[in-house]
Amino acid sequence: MKQQLEAIKAAADEALRAADSNQLIESVRVRFLGKKGELTAILKQMGSLSPEERPLIGQLANQIRADIEREIAERTAEISAAESSRKLAAEKLDVTMPGTKHPLGKKHPLEIVLDEVKEIFLGMGFEVATGPEVEYDYYNFEALNIPKNHPARDTQDTFYITPNILLRTQTSPVQVRVMEKQKPPIRIISPGRVYRSDAVDATHSPVFHQIEGLVVDKGVTMGDLKGTLAEFAKRLYGEDAVVRFRPHHFPFTEPSAEMDTMCFACGGKGCRLCKGEGWIEILGCGMVHPKVLSNCGIDPEEYSGFAFGLGLERIVMRRFGIDDLRLFYENDQRFLNQF
Amino acid sequence: MDLSMKWLHEFTATSVSPREYSEALTMSGSKVEGYSFEGEEISKVVVGRVDEIVKHPDSDHLVICQVYVGSETIQIVTGAQNLTVGDLVPVALDGSTLPGGIKIKKGKLRGVASCGMMCSLGELGLTLGDFPYAIEDGIFVLQENCKPGDDIKEAIGYNDTVVEFEITSNRADCLSVLGLARETAVTFGGSLTDPQPVVTEHGGNINDMLKVSVTATDLCSRYMARVVQNIRVAPSPRWMRERLRASGVRPINNIVDITNYVMLEYGQPMHAFDYRFVKDGQIEVRRARDGEAITTLDGNERKLNDRMLVIADTEKPIAVAGVMGGEYSGIMDDTTTIVFESACFDGASVRTTAKALGMRTDASSRYEKGLPPKLCKAALERACELITLLDAGDVVCGQIDEAHFDSTPKTVKFDPEWTNRFLGTDISREDMTDILSRLQFTVDGDTVTVPYFRTDIEHKADIAEEIARIYGYNNIAESCIRGSASAKVTDEQKFERTVGSTLLALGYSQIITYSFISPKLYDKVNMPEDDSGRRSVVISNPLGEDTSIMRTTALPSMLLTLATNYNNRNKSAALYEIATEYIPQGDGQLPIERKKIMLGAYGDGVDFFTVKGSVEALLKQLGVEEYDVAADADEYAYHPGRTAKLTVGDKLIGIVGEIHPSVADNFEIGTKTYTAELYVDELYAVRSADRHFSPLPKFPSVTRDIAVICDIDLPVLSLEKAIRTGAGALLESIELFDVYTGAQIPSGKKSVAYAMTLRSDSGTLNDKQSEKVMKKIIAEAQKLGAQLRS
Repeated sequence: MKQQLEAIKAAADEALRAADSNQLIESVRVRFLGKKGELTAILKQMGSLSPEERPLIGQLANQIRADIEREIAERTAEISAAESSRKLAAEKLDVTMPGTKHPLGKKHPLEIVLDEVKEIFLGMGFEVATGPEVEYDYYNFEALNIPKNHPARDTQDTFYITPNILLRTQTSPVQVRVMEKQKPPIRIISPGRVYRSDAVDATHSPVFHQIEGLVVDKGVTMGDLKGTLAEFAKRLYGEDAVVRFRPHHFPFTEPSAEMDTMCFACGGKGCRLCKGEGWIEILGCGMVHPKVLSNCGIDPEEYSGFAFGLGLERIVMRRFGIDDLRLFYENDQRFLNQF
Repeated sequence: MDLSMKWLHEFTATSVSPREYSEALTMSGSKVEGYSFEGEEISKVVVGRVDEIVKHPDSDHLVICQVYVGSETIQIVTGAQNLTVGDLVPVALDGSTLPGGIKIKKGKLRGVASCGMMCSLGELGLTLGDFPYAIEDGIFVLQENCKPGDDIKEAIGYNDTVVEFEITSNRADCLSVLGLARETAVTFGGSLTDPQPVVTEHGGNINDMLKVSVTATDLCSRYMARVVQNIRVAPSPRWMRERLRASGVRPINNIVDITNYVMLEYGQPMHAFDYRFVKDGQIEVRRARDGEAITTLDGNERKLNDRMLVIADTEKPIAVAGVMGGEYSGIMDDTTTIVFESACFDGASVRTTAKALGMRTDASSRYEKGLPPKLCKAALERACELITLLDAGDVVCGQIDEAHFDSTPKTVKFDPEWTNRFLGTDISREDMTDILSRLQFTVDGDTVTVPYFRTDIEHKADIAEEIARIYGYNNIAESCIRGSASAKVTDEQKFERTVGSTLLALGYSQIITYSFISPKLYDKVNMPEDDSGRRSVVISNPLGEDTSIMRTTALPSMLLTLATNYNNRNKSAALYEIATEYIPQGDGQLPIERKKIMLGAYGDGVDFFTVKGSVEALLKQLGVEEYDVAADADEYAYHPGRTAKLTVGDKLIGIVGEIHPSVADNFEIGTKTYTAELYVDELYAVRSADRHFSPLPKFPSVTRDIAVICDIDLPVLSLEKAIRTGAGALLESIELFDVYTGAQIPSGKKSVAYAMTLRSDSGTLNDKQSEKVMKKIIAEAQKLGAQLRS
C-alpha cells in the first residue's frame, strides 16, 4: 500500500508538471483528490490494514494529500503569473505615440504681463481701480493741471467725441475720480485702455494699455516714490535690476521723473537695444502736483503723494521679443498659441 | 534743440567728453537725446593746392591736375570746369570717406591715374548757405585762411560738436544757448558769462518813423521795436553761419540770420519787417478781422479769423503774431530800412493760431510754452548789437516799448523743512540756498524770488524740484511708504478672473480687439437700419472710417478676428474676449460702458452644442445655475433656427448661436461659425456666490431610464422641467441620452430618453417608492402630450 501511495504521488507530480492551464490542474485535482480520485480510492482500502500499519499508512496518505494540494496551489500560482505576463505583453503600447490633444486656451500676452504687474502691486498694497474710457476733458486734462491749449496736450494727440468728451489719453482720470471719492490713504493702480491719435505701425497703435499708480497719504516722500518703484522694477525684472531716476516734466507732478532700467542687453555700456544710452525708459513718475490734489479736494498741506504710469505694450514687446505691436490686436491663433 | 558746443563755450566752459556732458545734463534735468560731431563722416580730406591743369588726352571734358596736399603732390583727374592754378580746394585722398558712406579710392579715368577727388560743397555735406562765395556745381574753391595739408574740417570750421536736447514743455528758457549755458554752469559748478548787449545808435528818432499800438493787450503783454536804417544785406560772417548750421538753421543773409541767431541765443523769437511795407509807419497789434488773409513768408495764403492775433499796418496784417511774417514785408536784397520786432505774445493764443493754420514754426513753438516779457529787451538789444558788429546797418535812436505786464518778480515761499519732508531728504538750508542761488533764484528769509526767465516756477513744489534735480534725484535715499496697506481684490474682479480662467481651461484663447470700429460693420452683421445699436459714440476726429465709432456691439470685433484667423488658414479657432461696448446716453453725458464676454469658434469638432456646452460650463463655474434657455429666431446676426437666448427671470443674460450664413459671408468666413455673448453685469447680479457643503450621500441611489414619445417640436428642456417637477426632491440628477426620430416612431413625433438618478437622504429607496416617483413623472410628461414609449 505504501508503494501504491508513492506511485500516486509520483503520478500526481507528473500530471501537475504537464498541466499548463487552470483547467488541467483542476482535472489533476479531481483525478487524485476528488471523491472518486485515486488517493480517495486507496484510502477506502485502509480497513484491510493491520492496526499497526494503519496509523503509519494514514499519516503517509495525509502527507501525500497535503503535498499534492500544496503543489496544486503552487502550480496554479505559476500559471496565473504566466497568464498575466502574457496578457500584459499583449497589451503593450507604443508609448512614444503622442498623447490625446486637448485644446489649450491661451492668455493674451498683454494680459500675462498685466496680471504679473497687478500681482506685484497687490502684494505691495495697491488696489486695482478702473474708470471710463470715454471721459470728460476735465478728468483727462483740466483736473490734471493741463488746461485747454496747454502745450503738453500736443504730446497726447486726442480723439474727441465732443469738445468736452474724449477718449482718455491716459488712465490718470481714474486717479482723479478715486481722489474725489476716497479720503487718503490711497494706494491704487489703474490699468486700462487708452487712446491716442497715432496711425498704426509696428510701434504705434491708436489703442494701447497703460498702468498708472497713485499713492496719497500723510508724509509720502519722493524717497517713497523711489523705493516703491525700484522695488517694483526688481519684482518685475529680477533682483539685479538697476534703476535710475531722471528729471522730467509732467504737468500733474512736481518734481517729475522718468525711471530707466539699466539695459539688460549691454549692462549700461550702450547697444542697439538701448540706442546707445545704456538705459531703457520704463515709466514716468513724480510727486502729485499740489494743484492736482487741491482740484480733487485733498489738502496739499496735509497730504502728499506720488503717481506713476507705464505703457504695457512696450514692456510686453521687450519681454517676449515681439517686434510688431499690430500682432497684439490681430489675435492670430498661431500668435496666441506661443504664450 | 540742437546745441553748438562752440557757441555754448562762449558762455561757460566744459572740459568733459560729450558723453559725460550728455549724461550729466540729462541727470540735472535737460534730457540729451544724442550728440554728433559735424563732418564725422568725413575723413582723410585735406586742403590741396592746384599746381597744374592739363587737358586729358582722351577726353574733352576731363582735366588732369597736379595737386599739392602738404606732403606730396598727387595727380587727380576731374571734370570740373571752375579750377585755376593756385586754387585751394578740398581733396579727398585715397582711402578717404565722405558723407553718405562714400569711400574714395585710387583709380583710373580714361586710362589716366587719379589718386583722389576734389570735392564740391555738396560732397562735403554743405550748402551755399554755409559758404555763399562757392558755387553749387563745381569744386569748392576755398577762400579760407588755410594751407595745403590742413584737415578740411578744421580749415572750414566744420568741426563743431552738436548736442541734441529734448526740452520739456515747461522749460522754454532752455530752448536757447543761454538757457542751456545756465544749466551747464549749474550742473558742473562752472562760471557763467552773462552777456550785456550794447546798442550803438546812429541818430534819428524812432518816434518820428514808427508808431506802435497794442489793441489786444490780453494777447500781447509787450511789444518792443527798433528801426535800423541803411541796411546792407550781405552774407553773415563765417562764425555766425557755422553756429546757425550747427543749430540746424540754414544761413540766408545777415538780417534774417541775426533774427535767427538771437532767437537761438536768447530763446526770444525776433522778426524783421521791411519798413517800406509798413504802411504809414504804423503797427497795430490786434485780432484779425474775419475774412482777412495774409500770404506768409512760405508763400502760402492764410485765411485769418478773429481769434488770431496779427501784426498789422494801417491797412492789412503784415504778420501772424508769433507764428510767421508776411511775404510782402519780408527782407529783400533792396531792403534799406527795417523794423525789428521783439514781442511777447500769449502762448495759448499762438498755439491755437499755429494749429489752426497748420504751421508750427520755431517761433510759435517757443511762444506757446510761455515766454517772459522781460526777455524782449535783451534780445532786441542783442539784435542791434549784432547789426553794428556785422556792419549791416545803422540803428536809429530810441526804442518803442509797449508794455502791458506786471514787472514785479514772482516770489515763492522758501520752506526747507517742508521740502525735506516732501523729498525725504536731509538737505541743509544752506545747501538749498546755494543750489537756488546757482540757479539765479534769490533767497531772502522765507522768500525765494524767481528769476524772470523761469516762467514755470509757481509753487514750493517747483522749488523742491529745483533743489532735488541739482542735489541729484539719485542721491535721494529710497524708502518705503509708511503705514500699512491692505489691498483686496473686489468681488467683481474675482468674478472676471473666474471668467478668464474658466474659458482658458475650456480651450478658448483670449483676444484683445480695438474698441472702435467702422459703421459699415453694422451692415455686415445685418443690423437693421432702425436698430438702436446703430446709435454710436462718434469720434469727431478719427484716424479713418475703420476706427471712427465706438462699438455698441463687440460681435463685429469677434467676427473680424475669426475672419483674420480663417484667412490666415488656421483650421480652427476658439477665442474669447471680455469686451467693452459703448452705449450712448444723452447729450453731454458719458456713454455706458458695458462689458460683455464674447466667445467665438469655428473648425473641426465645433458645433452649436460644443459652444453652448462651454457657456453652460462657464455659467456653472460662475455660480449661475438657475437660468432659462429658449430658441431665439430674432437675432439679426444669427441663424434663426440655431440660436438660444439665456434668461434669468425677464433679464437676458446672453445668447449663443450659429452665425447667420449671410453674416459669415460678409466677413468672408467660409465655414460655420459659432459665437456667444454674455453680459457680465447681469451674470454677476444673478450669480450665487455662496457655496454650501452638503453631506455626501449615505444611502445608495436608484437609476431609472425613461423614454417618452412627444411632439417633434417640443423643446426637450420643457420635458426635463416636467420630469423635475414630477420627481421632486428625490431626483438627484437627470441626463438626456437619446433623441430619436425615424422607424417605429410616428411621423411628427420624437422619442426622448433620459437617465435619472433618484436618491433619498433618509433611507434606501425601495421599488414601491421609485415606482411612485416614476408615475408622477409620467403624469407630468403627459401634460405636455408625451407618452411613455412602450
